[in-house]
Amino acid sequence: MPQFFEYFLLTIFIAGLIFISHWIGQQAYTWMPPQATAEAQRVDDLFSFLTTIGAFILLGLVSMMLYSVLFYRAKPDDYSEGHPSRGNAKLEIFWTITPILLVAWIAFQNINIYKQLNILGLKQIVQFPLDAAPAEAAMVQNTPKPAAETIQVIAKQWNWRFRYPNDVINRELHLPVNESTRLNLQAEEVIHGFYIPEFRLRQDAIPGRDIAIVVTPIRTGKYRLQDAEFSGTYFALMQADVYVESREAYERWLARVAQQPIELVDAAVAEQSRSPRTLLKTGWYTGLSDSASVADSLSPKDGGNS
Amino acid sequence: MTHSSNEGATNPLEPERSNQQFNWRYYLHFSTDHKVIGVQYMVTTFTFFLIGGLLAMLIRGELVTPELNLVDRPLYNALFTLHGTVMIFLWIIPFNAGLANYLVPLMIGARDMAFPLLNALSFWLIPPAGILLISSFLLPNGPAQTGWWSYPPMSLQFPPGQPINGQLFWIISLILLGISSIMGAVNFVTTIVWLRAPGMTFFRMPVFVWSVLSAQLLQLINLPSLTGALILLMFDLSLGTNIFKPLEGGDPVIYQHLFWFYSHPAVYIMALPAFGIFAEVLPAFARNPLFGYRSLALASLGIALVSIFVWVHHMFASATPDWMRVLFAITSMLVAIPTGVKAFGWTATIWKGKLHLDTPMLFAMGGAAMFLFGGITGVMLAANSFDLHVNNTYFVVGHFHYIVFNTITMAIFAAIYFWFPKITGRMFAEGWGKLHFWLTFIGANLTFFPMHPLGLQGMVRRVASYPSEYQGWNIIASLGGFLLGVSVLPFIANAIGSILDGPRATDNPWEATGLEWTTSSPPPRDNFAEIPQVIFPPYNYGNPRAYGEDSATQSGEEVSSHNE
Repeated sequence: MPQFFEYFLLTIFIAGLIFISHWIGQQAYTWMPPQATAEAQRVDDLFSFLTTIGAFILLGLVSMMLYSVLFYRAKPDDYSEGHPSRGNAKLEIFWTITPILLVAWIAFQNINIYKQLNILGLKQIVQFPLDAAPAEAAMVQNTPKPAAETIQVIAKQWNWRFRYPNDVINRELHLPVNESTRLNLQAEEVIHGFYIPEFRLRQDAIPGRDIAIVVTPIRTGKYRLQDAEFSGTYFALMQADVYVESREAYERWLARVAQQPIELVDAAVAEQSRSPRTLLKTGWYTGLSDSASVADSLSPKDGGNS
Repeated sequence: MTHSSNEGATNPLEPERSNQQFNWRYYLHFSTDHKVIGVQYMVTTFTFFLIGGLLAMLIRGELVTPELNLVDRPLYNALFTLHGTVMIFLWIIPFNAGLANYLVPLMIGARDMAFPLLNALSFWLIPPAGILLISSFLLPNGPAQTGWWSYPPMSLQFPPGQPINGQLFWIISLILLGISSIMGAVNFVTTIVWLRAPGMTFFRMPVFVWSVLSAQLLQLINLPSLTGALILLMFDLSLGTNIFKPLEGGDPVIYQHLFWFYSHPAVYIMALPAFGIFAEVLPAFARNPLFGYRSLALASLGIALVSIFVWVHHMFASATPDWMRVLFAITSMLVAIPTGVKAFGWTATIWKGKLHLDTPMLFAMGGAAMFLFGGITGVMLAANSFDLHVNNTYFVVGHFHYIVFNTITMAIFAAIYFWFPKITGRMFAEGWGKLHFWLTFIGANLTFFPMHPLGLQGMVRRVASYPSEYQGWNIIASLGGFLLGVSVLPFIANAIGSILDGPRATDNPWEATGLEWTTSSPPPRDNFAEIPQVIFPPYNYGNPRAYGEDSATQSGEEVSSHNE
């Protein structure tokens, strides 16, 4: 009967593992920032799924290791063999097939969710500069997700600017809630990364390339856009405020900023001019000319992106 | 074979070997002995590990508070650029080359590497390349500040009127290191293929040798891509060409492809020898044969093969079309299959063994357990839909430090402790080793675990200042980082003290299998008095004759009975 008992223990062990890893997978949702787009929910589902599987494997193998450590210690001078087993074909085939199946399952879920993201609008449109663009790219290019608004996102070292449909340029990104907005990403001199954690969305802007993404925010509020592709000295300061608001509030804001220029201090220029106190100071070249003015005011209709 | 006992104190041959004791002065000379070169590699790269660690502690010091207060921004950017470059190209990769240099000829029963002079040249490129890189701190505008990827066009921006700049130093240093590694790879592959002792068939090679072979094949296949890209980058930077300049008709995304075509496999070039170390240490201290030897050996090659086709997963947020993202997500996940085989094999090896928890075993088990965590977050990152959220956040930083530090550097320490008696002829102090392990294990998790929640919350990597809501986890990570800094002190004290005054080591203090344990500690210049005839399968822990006892009685009769 010891064999029956061992199988019984194994069943309890696996059932416990499934229970705990399922619980950890549910916790995974709380580790993420709020879900501000429809896409965010899909990404969090995928993350929870991956966390569940990962916790199962991690806890399973680590508890087997710990079990060995606790119960199979050698006596200090006992260098005799443990057991003579050099392998077991059945077992080895089993643990080769298992990861294959797991990977297939994860890959299927991933593709499935990536497709859903596309349907919902997380579509990258990569326009190749050459005429002989690959067929896939051409296909993507021809079927952009219809979007209510198109906003140009202009990244330069080290600030973000947004050109709205009425040609207003501002340093805040305002998006109407529950509508698809197409963002045309442009970078002026180096590569920058468009990233809003609550949107679960990130895309590089590359100089000389037109790259667009479509976002559909579903939750009003204020968020932070952060450059996520290292872009030089003042990279960390390259942020912008993002407001998701009702259609009416969005229109009101747009009309208001069209009337008066909004002066916003450029964080990098401001820091350069007041030179923060740090313990170690190098005075190395920052890439920002000293002549840049602090109050880099923007007239609402200057041709900012040229 | 001229030695027969594992009881060093009573070994009648001890006087003959006394002239082979470890003499550090010998290691300052130009030598073509693979063992001397191996030690030269390991000591040199350990120095760079300390430098890279100091840079990391400055980074963690700055990140204790959200505001900028320890270093200014150009210095911060230089710190993480050099930290990454030093740790990858001057610590892990060349340390592994040094360890393999020392061990591979011993493990396969050869007298030296295939090309001893080339071997020496490979090593002697490293000190000048490293000094060149570190010396760029003395330039008027400091070292390269563009991260270890050095993506153009940002890496092509330099202080006006300064063609001699940190970026140029960085490029030249990396080209030299690349040439060194390519020469080393030619040497390793040739040695393993042609210089195996009689009877040392491919499937009698220890898994460490398999993993070195796989890693060095990757160096041969992939490294020229990076070295070539760096030469082109230098042309753009210094000669005014427009290869990667987007506004002058060049293409910066091509650089990303060329860079990651090497720099992703580089992760496996670093990790495969670590897996090999686990495969040597775990059986020796569990007293079990390595479980599923053949599948683990082949899994090394499998990991190497798959890793050639995964590089775009670093570019999921770059200018890559959908089909490419989905395709490379699948290929990246495939790595989990051979890696899973390895992890199951290690677990089964220690299952129901007779475990000796000596320092090498602690480091190997700790490293293997933390590898599971890093591997699982790796599969998560391969899922491109999820990766879009954490790409370039601290989640990625936490993931790869679980690999490069918590797995690979732990494995390196396991290897140092495991082969320390063989290399130096002295035993280390076990208590200090255990202290080192616990400080490292706790420090590593304290430092790198908090990076995962930070990344999930959206903290971007490479920022010198950050929004205050991220401070809590950052304080924990910084405290862990300082603990890691302290943790190397007992190791250094132990290593130096034991080399000078440790108890003499026997030929085979761990009663381990493998040819390196059948020769003296340290081995003579030609490694073996006579080239051994290999008659056993590897990891033959069930058979006491496989690890020295009674080895003098090996005879033709046993050759036939133990041949597979």
